[in-house]
Amino acid sequence: MTDVTTDSEVANGASGARGAKPGGRATSIPLMGHDEEPTIFELSSPGRRAWSFRTQDLPEWSAEELVPADQLAPAPVVLAEVSERDLVAHYTRLSHRQYAVDLGAYPLGSCTMKYNPKVCDEAASLPGLADVHPAAPAHLTQGWLELLVALGEGLCEVTGMHDITLQPPAGAAGELTGLLLMRAWHEAQGRQRTKVIIPDSAHGTNPASVTLGGYETVTVKSDERGCVSLAALQEVLDEDVAGIMLTNPNTLGLFEEEIAEIAAAVHEVGGLLYYDGANLNAILGVTRPGDMGFDIVHMNLHKTFAVPHGGGGPGAGPVAVSPRLAPYLPGPKPVRGADGVYGWAQPERSIGRVHGWHGNALALARAYAYLIANGGDGLRSIAEAAVLNANWIRHALRGSYDIPFDRPCMHECVVSATTLKKTKGVKALDVAKRLLEEGFHSPTVYFPLIVDEALMIEPTETESPQTVAALAEALVRIADGASPADAEAPRVNAVRRVDEARAARQLVPTFDARQEATPSPSPSPPSGAEQGAEELKAVGSI
Amino acid sequence: MGHYVPHTEPELAEMLAFVGLSSLDELFDTIPEALRLAAGPRPRAGGAERHLDLADGLSEPDTRHELARLAGRNAACGPDLVCFAGGGAYDHEIPTAVTSVAFRSEYVTAYTPYQPEVAQGVLQALFEYQTMVSRITGLAVANASLYDGATACVEAANLVVAAKRRPTIWLSQGLNPRWRETMSTFAVGTGHELVTVDLVDGRTAWPDAAGSGEPAALFVAQPNYLGGLEDVAEARRVADAHGALLVVAFDPVAAGLLHTPGSLGADVVVGEGQPLGTPLSLGGPYLGLFATTLELVRRLPGRLVGETVDAEGTRAYVTTLRTREQDIRRERASSNVCTNQTLIAVVAALQMAWLGTTGLRELAVRCARATRHTRETILAIEGVEPLADVATLREFAVRLPVEPATVIDRMAEEGFLAGIALEEEYGERGLLVAATERRTRAEIDAYAAALEKVVR
Ligand SMILES: Cc1ncc(COP(=O)(O)O)c(C=O)c1O
Repeated sequence: MTDVTTDSEVANGASGARGAKPGGRATSIPLMGHDEEPTIFELSSPGRRAWSFRTQDLPEWSAEELVPADQLAPAPVVLAEVSERDLVAHYTRLSHRQYAVDLGAYPLGSCTMKYNPKVCDEAASLPGLADVHPAAPAHLTQGWLELLVALGEGLCEVTGMHDITLQPPAGAAGELTGLLLMRAWHEAQGRQRTKVIIPDSAHGTNPASVTLGGYETVTVKSDERGCVSLAALQEVLDEDVAGIMLTNPNTLGLFEEEIAEIAAAVHEVGGLLYYDGANLNAILGVTRPGDMGFDIVHMNLHKTFAVPHGGGGPGAGPVAVSPRLAPYLPGPKPVRGADGVYGWAQPERSIGRVHGWHGNALALARAYAYLIANGGDGLRSIAEAAVLNANWIRHALRGSYDIPFDRPCMHECVVSATTLKKTKGVKALDVAKRLLEEGFHSPTVYFPLIVDEALMIEPTETESPQTVAALAEALVRIADGASPADAEAPRVNAVRRVDEARAARQLVPTFDARQEATPSPSPSPPSGAEQGAEELKAVGSI
Repeated sequence: MGHYVPHTEPELAEMLAFVGLSSLDELFDTIPEALRLAAGPRPRAGGAERHLDLADGLSEPDTRHELARLAGRNAACGPDLVCFAGGGAYDHEIPTAVTSVAFRSEYVTAYTPYQPEVAQGVLQALFEYQTMVSRITGLAVANASLYDGATACVEAANLVVAAKRRPTIWLSQGLNPRWRETMSTFAVGTGHELVTVDLVDGRTAWPDAAGSGEPAALFVAQPNYLGGLEDVAEARRVADAHGALLVVAFDPVAAGLLHTPGSLGADVVVGEGQPLGTPLSLGGPYLGLFATTLELVRRLPGRLVGETVDAEGTRAYVTTLRTREQDIRRERASSNVCTNQTLIAVVAALQMAWLGTTGLRELAVRCARATRHTRETILAIEGVEPLADVATLREFAVRLPVEPATVIDRMAEEGFLAGIALEEEYGERGLLVAATERRTRAEIDAYAAALEKVVR
């Protein structure tokens, strides 16, 4: 294996370890090294403009004639003033400072950064879908309603559930919706429940949603196999438990083999089972949360159903439920009438809306395109290739990284840099930054919290065997060549390692704050040492 | 294998051998047999094996054809259905430059910027977005987006209740009724008490007391749901009298003409960012705007991008004040938001850059002109009456002599989306009408002529 190459070698692709490979190995190296791009505000020249509007042919009433004097702002809000050419050049140059799935592998565990077929983008840009007003009457939107109903039915089939709401705009919104459904259901049974159980390997949105749902989080420890321990669960199960939130496979990429027993135990005390669908990609067409005993299921369509992540959204987080919870779903809901005509209906005991309109509709259209393009047969092959890629890389990394739970995994595997840190002083974060130099995005680091120096790798099914091999080779090369100098990485990307602590200490949230060099806001909660420690933790995780 | 799985049969076999397996099915051996679906094609007649009851995958052209069929069953806004509907979703200009650049692969197919060294593009675009939102709201900090206007209100409610440690919130009836409904859905979990304060003559009539205790905050919409301009300064005075915070739901287009809410003393500004470059899209994905003061920044929901430097002192951007967030603070986080609406925020940044200082004012002025002309022409129709006599900007409410739902249906036949039927709480037979910078005199006059025919 080669040693660390020089900056210019790497930038020019001159390193011996490089060169075109079948399946491709992407580069995250921007077109031009380290040059800063000024902000749009610094490109502004007063009087320059890009805007252009229709000719209205209306009386040219002035601002003073249109707005009462006490309401009219003395001067317009100042924005950047640029030409269309400046605008296009600036944001295109910025895009060259951005890694993306369309450039190459993005093995960010738990995030399912798969390639999103372009035909789905086209679906979202059809004027017949994009230019429809959300309040238009149902007889003008039959196509949209048909699409939403068909998507809902398809997702219910995939998850083994009975009915669905498409309103939640992301996974976390789905979680909270699910918890409110749980609450409504318990209340209808005349029960006061106070607690929701989550495993210590759970994603942070789970406990945060539990609080907003008005419940108290009870954390249950994972066992030495990385799964929920039935014994530990039995200890916390009582009549105060509203339910449990699980993801299966869990965030270690392991299938909870005792799921049927867990479901029985929770149901036994009158609790409900909530399925966090972040990891649904692993089990498409293989098994279904409904068959495992789950009552409420959210899906992250931006993970599993190829809605692109958009740099952090928009997504879509539909929530599917078993028959007993269906009457509580948010409304209005798209429905097919007996006459084949579609409309909106309010479920009988609806908890109310969870979105201003009908959810992230265009994201739902993309997901529908993906669903019908893959079909039942295609969905299963997604899970197969995703799980195969993850197991392949787990085997390939043996000997280079610690593998705390080295047994067959599902769509992702969690490895650890504990030994690297001990023997060579190289942390998971350094490995992540080194991988950026190698032309890949990094895995998720420091999550799940129960694994020390965690690197959570999810290759996804759309990466070819060659790409997965190139990724594994890069990770092995990094481990082999690990040295304290890795703390310097990355050296060839748009910027060097970013000072996150300074960003928090000297808050500059806007260009105007830069001009004023704002002092840091007084640290109210969290404070002191706790805050420092947490700020450090913030460097990783998801 | 499906269309988008690249593995060939020999490659699959080779990979399986490497991991010590002989079939794809064995990958799932950890899943109990009783829970497993069968692989392979669906049996013709219901066999014993369970399969997904879904049709087989379609080719790309067939997929495209099916989507086009569905799209063809909708009446889209355009020359054949001229849009006079608003209510939180507006028909504004969307320039080609904005769409073509914002939808570049690098913006569309990136994840949340967890590795800032390879995410400076999205991070800087968000930093610019935050700056622009800060300026149009008149507040020091804006986050990197929330889901939509409704959920931005929910987050604002959580913020003010936590900041004030009071569970009661006063909501103007002029706040979008769907946003209020969303707030009450979530208030069940948080235990907030939401008190609606009625509109009187089209403006909020703040009471001396309401609900069971002093409010944590007052929520007022500018302009309000009926299109009327509210007295934000007065809302501030009332809030002060109760030691409460002031939350303003602000229309970003109004920033082209009106005082910013921040300059009038708002503590939090929320809003729906759809008018900034996003198509009507059946209501989503839209964009929740959220801005607040430096004093409240530690309670800010969602992502925040800050400027910093890299190891060589070069300017760089990164998500910051992360200790507020769910992945670190878990059950004590300021919000559960993780995935938000970044791409729509990038679109909004490009749209605001396209508008610039003069364009934002021009946009607002043109909306106000079209609205005034629409209002004057349709109020001339017999039986059509103003719902309130207040100044408006881009939208106004009228009372019709016949049921609005019927009018909307018949107007659609005439080629117009006539508006939105108002909820009963605003009185009988109310219609909400919006006219943006896209509406011309010819369209407005034709609309009025059709309406006259329809209500007769
Ligand atoms: C396991 C898990 N649960 C929940 C979420 C939250 O989903 P979202 O980001 O769509 O709100 C995520 C993703 O970020 C996740 O990985």
